[in-house]
Amino acid sequence: MARLLPHPILSPTLACLWLLLVNSITPGQVFLGLLLGWMIPLLTLSFWPEAVTIRKPLTLLRYIGLLLIDIIMANFTVARLILGDPDRLKPIFVELPLDLTSDLAISLLANSITLTPGTVSARLSEDRRYLLVHALNETDPDALIATIKRRYERPLQEIFELC
Amino acid sequence: MLEYLLSFLILTGATLTFIGSLGLLRFKDFYMRLHGPTKATTLGVGSLLIASALFFSSRNVGISLHEILITVFLVITAPVSAHLLAKAALHLNLHSFAKMPAKSTKREEGTDDDAMDTQTPEEKSSSSDTDVPRKPV
Repeated sequence: MARLLPHPILSPTLACLWLLLVNSITPGQVFLGLLLGWMIPLLTLSFWPEAVTIRKPLTLLRYIGLLLIDIIMANFTVARLILGDPDRLKPIFVELPLDLTSDLAISLLANSITLTPGTVSARLSEDRRYLLVHALNETDPDALIATIKRRYERPLQEIFELC
Repeated sequence: MLEYLLSFLILTGATLTFIGSLGLLRFKDFYMRLHGPTKATTLGVGSLLIASALFFSSRNVGISLHEILITVFLVITAPVSAHLLAKAALHLNLHSFAKMPAKSTKREEGTDDDAMDTQTPEEKSSSSDTDVPRKPV
């Protein structure tokens, strides 16, 4: 089972992706999508040595919802900052100590940080323990770190790593 | 009715995309300019795509869901490119108005001294604090 279907999550995702791309759900396309979803993970196995495990699907759904709301908020926040006086902004670099260890979780965290209000993740340190974050307008680095940890890092840790 | 909704979405999308691009002009250093395209543009293009999906779904040729894919890919790729641009800029030591945290510069120079756990000094300007909108997080 594990050898025939190495990535149980990737396969249905690829099948859905195929159906969206061809924009139809005729039985033939569904079959082709499933076939692709089965073949591609097998052929690209060497790029994905570890299977992704989602420990808490509900938390993942809630996280995606939270992220969508934050993306919308981020747009308006940054739009307001752009239209305001750029001279008043206080940009700052903040170093975020990471508790996450898995590659996928770290990259998802970095993506979330970039998509949410006023912050862009800039660099991951060599030892993967710190993420350098550029904040557009922030005076209190500790509060920013605490917010990111509480809002994004903890759910990701629950979803992809040990609880 | 649908037309009003579509016009609203298209206008919002266009406005947000424009504001995002305006950020490129108004912000003063490279790292700040990264913020405009990664955020304001995401929602701008997003609402244009929603408008497109609604329009083509309403033209009785079946529902059109390509746009969801475009949105997903956009949301996945925008932060990655921003991250790489920021990384390249840091590598080249581009001028930045933001201060580096003390620890990071230490580590860059190879003297990994974690005892130097000092806080970054607060920005000196406190005069215009009240006028700046705080981010609501």
